Amino acid sequence: MAEGKTIISVKNLKKSFGRLDVLKDMSMDIEKGEVVVLLGPSGSGKSTFLRCLNQLEAATGGTIIVDGQTVTDRHTDINKVRENIGMLFQHFNLFPHKTVMQNITMAPIALKTMSKEDAHAKGLALLKRVGLSDKADAYPSQLSGGQKQRVAIARALAMNPDIMLFDEPTSALDPEMVGEVLAVMKELAADGMTMVIVTHEIGFAREVADRVVFIDAGYIVESGSPKAIFNHPKEPRTIDFLNKVL
Amino acid sequence: MIAIIQTYGSMLVQALGKTLLLTLLSLSFAMIIGLIISLMNVGKNRFFNFFGTAYVDGVRGVPLIVLAYFIYFGVPTGVKMMGFQDFRLTALQAGTIALAMNCGAYMAEIIRAGIESIDKGQMEASRSLGLNYVKTMRLVILPQAFRVMIPSIINQFIITLKDTSILSVIGFPELTNMGKTIAGNTFKSLQTWAIVGIMYMIVIVALSKVAKRVERRVNLGRG
Ligand SMILES: Nc1ncnc2c1ncn2[C@@H]1O[C@H](COP(=O)(O)OP(=O)(O)O)[C@@H](O)[C@H]1O
Ligand SMILES: [Mg+2]
Repeated sequence: MAEGKTIISVKNLKKSFGRLDVLKDMSMDIEKGEVVVLLGPSGSGKSTFLRCLNQLEAATGGTIIVDGQTVTDRHTDINKVRENIGMLFQHFNLFPHKTVMQNITMAPIALKTMSKEDAHAKGLALLKRVGLSDKADAYPSQLSGGQKQRVAIARALAMNPDIMLFDEPTSALDPEMVGEVLAVMKELAADGMTMVIVTHEIGFAREVADRVVFIDAGYIVESGSPKAIFNHPKEPRTIDFLNKVL
Repeated sequence: MIAIIQTYGSMLVQALGKTLLLTLLSLSFAMIIGLIISLMNVGKNRFFNFFGTAYVDGVRGVPLIVLAYFIYFGVPTGVKMMGFQDFRLTALQAGTIALAMNCGAYMAEIIRAGIESIDKGQMEASRSLGLNYVKTMRLVILPQAFRVMIPSIINQFIITLKDTSILSVIGFPELTNMGKTIAGNTFKSLQTWAIVGIMYMIVIVALSKVAKRVERRVNLGRG
């Protein structure tokens, strides 16, 4: 649960692609250990918001401060900040030419945050944690979707991030594999990881989220506890959206 | 035919060796040129993009034989005019430069296409872990791109091997040049050029076979 210390601070974030204004004016503070679920219709800017947090997309305006570092400032060493922010993608994006273990150990070894031996030991521990101890030497193409996403989580955790971003991590999975990934995410949340999650899994959001944020057309329309948003939504757009998905 | 092989056999084999030497040297440099130019072209820096595109268009727009003449005859004359009287280029040096420049331009396009064929998510996943652009290229993008490119690269190797024959015009004693000499001495054009042709063919077919093997093994590694 929240410890009352802001770890991500977004102020008046704007983002456009050419003439298309995607994020119009978004502000949000996220506390250490908080689990925030972003909800909203397709094309509303959820992915773009998430990708601005680690600057996979450069913001057009506003400021974003992560762990005391202003990531929207050109002079900030963004690579250093990213080491502390894990990201999960809808399509996993595992490295197909590397084994599962190499996928996990590549970054810590390349960035010298760990020795080879330590990275390997950590890799084994992480694989155990996500329930894939027997897959260390497999290639991604030999794994199911659910297994791939769990490897991707292990890969992100290898850098010991304080924050994890999830962009629809279960949307590309067959229904029977969604649960195994959500279970790992639940454990992460219980361990106090700060998480920002774009997902359509309402059940998961109800159970795990500290806060649900509803986004539409590049604005934050409404935010509050899962109970408040799901049981007593105030804004018409939220009500409309929830009627469609619930 | 037998008589030619008996008399000139060892010289022909030596000339083939020169052909292979020239090919190998040119290809090594072409790989380096190709890699640098392709990286200039896939990046977002406008100056590099301009230079990279200019190189590819420029070199591809000039026939290899003209490039070879320019480097072998033109460049030393120019350098001498600038006051460096001792400047010389051997036929091997000039030939290697011309071929490497030429092959490098095609290699750059092959490598660029290979890099661009890799899913954007690969770059994003690596960058999100904190790796910078260069490390991402080296560890994530290029190893995958090279697998995609292997057939095209081998094809380019074969083209370059054949292109060495063009450099007979600057007097480098490679296989085709040797063929000219022998045909001139013996007046047996038919036999001489048949032998030379077969020699090229054997090497190239052997190379393609090895290439197929390599390709298969690399694809197996993907699991
Ligand atoms: N790289 C891009 N270039 C141009 N338009 C983009 C790009 N990325 C996203 N968009 C546009 O921005 C809008 C929001 O996209 P996105 O953030 O992916 O929405 P969501 O994740 O909520 O579905 C969409 O209209 C999308 O087409
Ligand atoms: Mg999205």
